[in-house]
Amino acid sequence: MALAPSSTPTLTQTDVARIRSEFPILKERPHGKPLVFLDSAASSQKPIQVIDAMDDYYRRYHANIHRGVYHISELATEAYEEARRKIARFIGAPEAEECIYVRNATEGINLVAYSWGRTNIRRGDAIVVTEMEHHSNLVPWQILAQQTGASLRFVRVTDDGMLDVRDLDRLLDGAKLFAFTAVSNTLGTVNDVAFLSARARAAGAVSVVDACQAVPRMPVDVAAWGSDFVAFSAHKMLGPTGVGIIWGRRELLEAMPPFLAGGGMIGVVRLESSTYAGIPARFEAGTPAIAEAVGFGAAVDYLTVIGMDRIHRYELELATYALERLHRMKNVSVYGPGIEHRTGVISLTVGDIHAHDLATILDSEGICVRAGHHCNQPLMERLDVPATARASFYLYNTPAEVDALIAGIEKAKAIFKIA
Amino acid sequence: MNDFSGMDALYRDFILDHYRNPRNAGTLEQPDASFEGLNPLCGDKIRMDLRIRDGVVEDVKFKGRGCAISQASASLLTESIKGKRIDEIDTIGNEDVLENLGISISAARLKCALLGLKVLKQALALKYSDD
Repeated sequence: MALAPSSTPTLTQTDVARIRSEFPILKERPHGKPLVFLDSAASSQKPIQVIDAMDDYYRRYHANIHRGVYHISELATEAYEEARRKIARFIGAPEAEECIYVRNATEGINLVAYSWGRTNIRRGDAIVVTEMEHHSNLVPWQILAQQTGASLRFVRVTDDGMLDVRDLDRLLDGAKLFAFTAVSNTLGTVNDVAFLSARARAAGAVSVVDACQAVPRMPVDVAAWGSDFVAFSAHKMLGPTGVGIIWGRRELLEAMPPFLAGGGMIGVVRLESSTYAGIPARFEAGTPAIAEAVGFGAAVDYLTVIGMDRIHRYELELATYALERLHRMKNVSVYGPGIEHRTGVISLTVGDIHAHDLATILDSEGICVRAGHHCNQPLMERLDVPATARASFYLYNTPAEVDALIAGIEKAKAIFKIA
Repeated sequence: MNDFSGMDALYRDFILDHYRNPRNAGTLEQPDASFEGLNPLCGDKIRMDLRIRDGVVEDVKFKGRGCAISQASASLLTESIKGKRIDEIDTIGNEDVLENLGISISAARLKCALLGLKVLKQALALKYSDD
């Protein structure tokens, strides 16, 4: 999963120009400047195909799913389930029913923590997480540990922003669960998910992968990863907010109790007790985000037609170009590993300019970057920086936008009178 | 001055001066009132220590980290409250802090500009609720 071989096709200028024409928001001009959107790691923009698919659903066939016997309800149910099949194919899931719709990756991880965790984790058990986790793949395990009396162990991060796996087997010895990210949302570090999942399995631990930054930007095959649970959100991969997936291996999901209870997840309901539906319905209580699932399917179609290998390659080219230019600048620090171990997420600081001041100055040029601790406070403490600015690239960004970022940083340096 | 589309007005020299050379920087030993406040969304942090004699702020120190706006605003605030009576400080409002800064702050950065005042008010509230 490191740098793809140079023979991998990339996106041409013509491809990117066409892609850009399909994202209406890129015509906006904040502060009278062209929008330079470099915050896709937080949430990506949406192509017209996704917006139209959701619009079409609401205009032509909105109805509740799995309930109505009438025509438009059948259409809605079919669209919802067809999107699930597309998403399953997109991530290499052996079965579509193993893909559970949730609100977002955070809810997916919580589903595992509450349902699998509270069934299987006991006092004295160990849960292993890493120092580079987003808060959403850390705090649910802290709560699980507190409530069950389990202990937490941590895989540390090296000075260059990689996982320190030297004593991984010792950390995993006797552990019940290993939660880790596929790609760091702050440093862009790409972890070896197949290796980490295999070590977890060898130790008898269940692996839970935060794939929020991986599924949008590189080919992912959960079966090849050999993981047990994988979580990701639609809104970071051209889809709408409010929907995501937790994928889990069938045998694990089937042995898990419901997380949320209500309509749609039941078998037989009596006043005193009920039986539960099979997967995926058992974990999809209540009316789900139907339009969002339809939009998610359209986003997956869009990415599939272009090809994840090309998107990954192009993003690495942009990141390589950005890193080259940033490394040539005085008083600019870039965090994280070299390009061979990372993707198009770049955290940086400039002299003594605080990340928020840098982001404010970049915003005055129409450039959107994230500033702060990126829901990653332990990692920021490990790096000993109060906050960083983060630029992240996606398929609609261009080398000219990297140039705009560089010019914006130069402007910030001029305002703060830094060489 | 170059055209920095309003940014040179926001980050004018005296703001940068207060950011890089904060007045009343540091801590007090055994302060009469003290509070540390955090802006959890952006990580800005300010601690303020006060020495109070006969209802007058005799000395004040602050320690913090964060953006130029939050740190300069806190620095300016400490200058303006030294020697002032607590009942005078009670009347300081958000608009006074913004006027003192003399720059226009966007809604997104308002919390940065007002963190120092929030910490000061909480330090005093804590002190006078204890008494």
